Amino acid sequence: MLFYIIIFKSSSVGRIIFTCYNFNKIIRYYYIKEADLMTKITLEVNGKKVARDVPDNTLLSTFLREHLNLTGTHVGCDTSQCGACVVHVDGQSLKSCTTLAADIADSKVTTIEGLANNGKMHPMQEAFKKMHGLQCGFCTPGMVMSAIDLLKKNKDPSDKEIRDWLEGNICRCTGYQNIVAAVKEASSKM
Amino acid sequence: MASLVGSRVERKEDKRFLTGKGRYTSDINLVNQTYAIFVRSPHARAQIKKLDISKASKASGVVSILTGNEIAEDKIGGLIAGWAIRSEDGTEMKCPANPPLAKDNVNFVGDPIAIVIADSLDEAKAAAEMVKVDYKVLKAVTSTGDAMKGDTIHDGIEKNLCFDWLLGDRQKVKEAFDKADKVISIDIINNRLVPNAMEPRACLADYNSGSDEITLYTTSQNPHLSRLIMSAFGNVAPEHKLRVVAPDVGGGFGSKINVYNEDIVCSWAAKKINRAIKWVAERSESFLTDIHGRDHVTHAELAVTKDGKFLGFKNETIANLGAYARVFGTVTPTYLFGPCATGVYDIPAAYSNVKAVFTNTAPVDAYRGAGRPEATYTIERLVEKAAMELGIDRTEIRKINFPKSFPFKQTLVHTVDSGDYVAGLDKAKQMADYDGFDARRKESESRGKLRGIGVTSYFEACGIAPSAAVMSLGCGVGLWESAEVRFNPTGQVTVYTGSHSHGQSHQTTFAQIAADELGVPMENIDIVHGDTDKGTFGMGTYGSRSLTVGGIAIVNACKKIVEKGKRVAAKMLEASPDEVDFKDGEFVVAKSNKKKTIGEVAFALYLPGSRDSDFKSPLPEGEEPGLKETSFFDPANFSFPAGSHIAEVEIDPDTGEVKLEKYTACDDFGRIVNPMIVEGQVHGGLAQGIGQALHENAEYDETGQLMTGSYMDYTMPRADNFPEFNIGYTCTHATTNPLGVKGCGEAGAIAAPPTVMNAVIDALGGQEITMPATAEKVWKACKSMKKSNAKAA
Repeated sequence: MLFYIIIFKSSSVGRIIFTCYNFNKIIRYYYIKEADLMTKITLEVNGKKVARDVPDNTLLSTFLREHLNLTGTHVGCDTSQCGACVVHVDGQSLKSCTTLAADIADSKVTTIEGLANNGKMHPMQEAFKKMHGLQCGFCTPGMVMSAIDLLKKNKDPSDKEIRDWLEGNICRCTGYQNIVAAVKEASSKM
Repeated sequence: MASLVGSRVERKEDKRFLTGKGRYTSDINLVNQTYAIFVRSPHARAQIKKLDISKASKASGVVSILTGNEIAEDKIGGLIAGWAIRSEDGTEMKCPANPPLAKDNVNFVGDPIAIVIADSLDEAKAAAEMVKVDYKVLKAVTSTGDAMKGDTIHDGIEKNLCFDWLLGDRQKVKEAFDKADKVISIDIINNRLVPNAMEPRACLADYNSGSDEITLYTTSQNPHLSRLIMSAFGNVAPEHKLRVVAPDVGGGFGSKINVYNEDIVCSWAAKKINRAIKWVAERSESFLTDIHGRDHVTHAELAVTKDGKFLGFKNETIANLGAYARVFGTVTPTYLFGPCATGVYDIPAAYSNVKAVFTNTAPVDAYRGAGRPEATYTIERLVEKAAMELGIDRTEIRKINFPKSFPFKQTLVHTVDSGDYVAGLDKAKQMADYDGFDARRKESESRGKLRGIGVTSYFEACGIAPSAAVMSLGCGVGLWESAEVRFNPTGQVTVYTGSHSHGQSHQTTFAQIAADELGVPMENIDIVHGDTDKGTFGMGTYGSRSLTVGGIAIVNACKKIVEKGKRVAAKMLEASPDEVDFKDGEFVVAKSNKKKTIGEVAFALYLPGSRDSDFKSPLPEGEEPGLKETSFFDPANFSFPAGSHIAEVEIDPDTGEVKLEKYTACDDFGRIVNPMIVEGQVHGGLAQGIGQALHENAEYDETGQLMTGSYMDYTMPRADNFPEFNIGYTCTHATTNPLGVKGCGEAGAIAAPPTVMNAVIDALGGQEITMPATAEKVWKACKSMKKSNAKAA
């Protein structure tokens, strides 16, 4: 019968010596970085169950982009200001660039790729197209996800309420006017 | 068939962006790719005494670490200034070498000195921390105004002066000022900005050892130009062995014109390690190393008669180039700035003198408007001040000095082909209810608030041309644009353009143009751009040139298609080409019902024969099969959009908060291809211009550290900073292109800063403050206003 004892010893900065014993006989040393400690992440993303072994410091944005190849979620800053990375977690908008994937294990995640239904765009996506609420498209996924959450909380927001809500989403192209118009348009359709 | 040009057509690119199917550089991954982190200088000015990579090289996952030494050994060239400027005394500008990796000296915080390449991003980051650099820190030069008094940054460039340039006639200006009743003078700081496209810069370089080809995916506004520079000056690879792809690009605003250090280093290193290398900037890296914009210190004077006629203008400016001169760095404060400094006015004598200086800050280059916002800010602040000091209505003094007819030979360089500045100003006044302002001011005052109104009338020179003229002024390349139109045998069309869309909607507007020219439905037309392997060499997108230059190349290529089609249709219809008309996609023989669709003609051109045709070709003798045409369009002149903007602000004197109450823009962009898209361009430009006036500012401390290096320190305009913009147009067609179009991309960023500041300063009773008009500055100004009012009482 094999019997393993695993002992962790912290050593130089950022590293852990990981020693594996079989009874008293050392069978292997592992030198691995903290980042390489793997965690199994199970999520429901856009209606599908996914499970991946990823380093436990993996951000949700990285998990989506690098591990699931859902590159519609963008990263535009490193301070959680720009909002290009907004996705829905259990129906709430959330900045995925500052959320550890491990922290939301077993949640339901919706990304921009998961909004369309049988090839038909979500009314918010349709409204952004109709009202020219996007130009370069980089901030757009986060804008759309954030705006959908607003309409869940407030079905018929005023211009001011829309502008206040979108404070956490930066767009450099549109001057926001047509984004506000798109959200109003969507609110009349949803 | 109704014309598509002029119609509000929804965008073809939107579904891709709205469903997460855009493909930006950072979305692309290649098998077995490595990840790069750049080791950057933490000092603004220092000598590199020792660079030790020994420990880092042994770190987990490290593939290679390369430094300035290897760059030099491999004779990889540096970054370049694209325009050569001559000083007033006839000497050529002085520019330092700008190696892609610094070897001996670093000149701004963020200057890269080594690339660390590893199997994973985390490993690259960890190893980069282990690179040891010994610096001898030197005193940094950071102030634009005092740069000429600082230590010499680059050997041999005395006073840190790149050039001392003059446009205009000092003697004539002196004579004009001698005749003046009054001289209005002003001192201006045009604040430094960070362009902040939402997609951070990125690149992915791949090397194929079998074909010896490098492929570079990069966030560029002009992939062909990047390839030319990387090949001719960077010595990275011959052009035919270097493919540059700029896929979807998330905004540019000028910051993605330049070839950057990372593009050259990653391409060169990918060949060295024989693996793909991916680098994606973090936002803080973008703040430190993207080109910055503006940063002028100006003294300007306007000589006037007592009844408001402008006699002479002079402009003495110090322009900050940052640490190095880059592609549009030297032309932005000269030919893009100086000629526009006299604005929309007929001023008989004028000069612009610009001293461009090096400092230990990030390079300064073209940012939306590039030179023209600085010029417009200068003249429009002066004109507003003149109106105030002479007691003439601010709109009347403008009208007195507008040109009386077109073409208008402007004092310094330009001949403006068309415009109607009076109509534009009158319409703006009506849209803004200018005459009702006094009542609104009284109402604000009744609530203890200060209200101000500001006006700007601007013109701008965009779509820089013709090539021979710009090259005679020092430009290193011609500024034409190319297009290639390919018919498929089954009737759809692919248009290849040398322009590049990073938000400008080329897939839609260019398809509208081609659809009108060819009579083919828009959905059957695809626009391809952004890949040096696809389509002909093109100059790219900046300076509001895509439609006025690139769009016209498409028109001209389509016309060639129709000409060839006519010859073939005539043969097929047994008529002479003169008898054949082309309309709505059909070749029709005059006074008959004989016709062929352009699709049928294209089909015949690709399949010139049939089973029973008796060897007879349907093509005229000597006609080549196939249907594909190319055009290179070099316009005869710039295009000159113009307009008038009016802003109204309300200030709370207790808090200094400035509320932008109303913003009216009335612009003349000539013929408008897609009003929805033009409106979007105006909105975006306004937001950036208003951002400059009220919110944004890039600031270095005296040691050269960027104090505003993240979105927590640099105020990016948000949705709740703006009122709903009131947009309108007048229209005079451009006479220098067949569509009559003018550029529209930069107008908002050019006109908004003086419009808003004129309103703020009006509310403050004429008290000057600098941009951005933050609550703190405005509150202080309100306090000193109260004091002086108390004294007067």
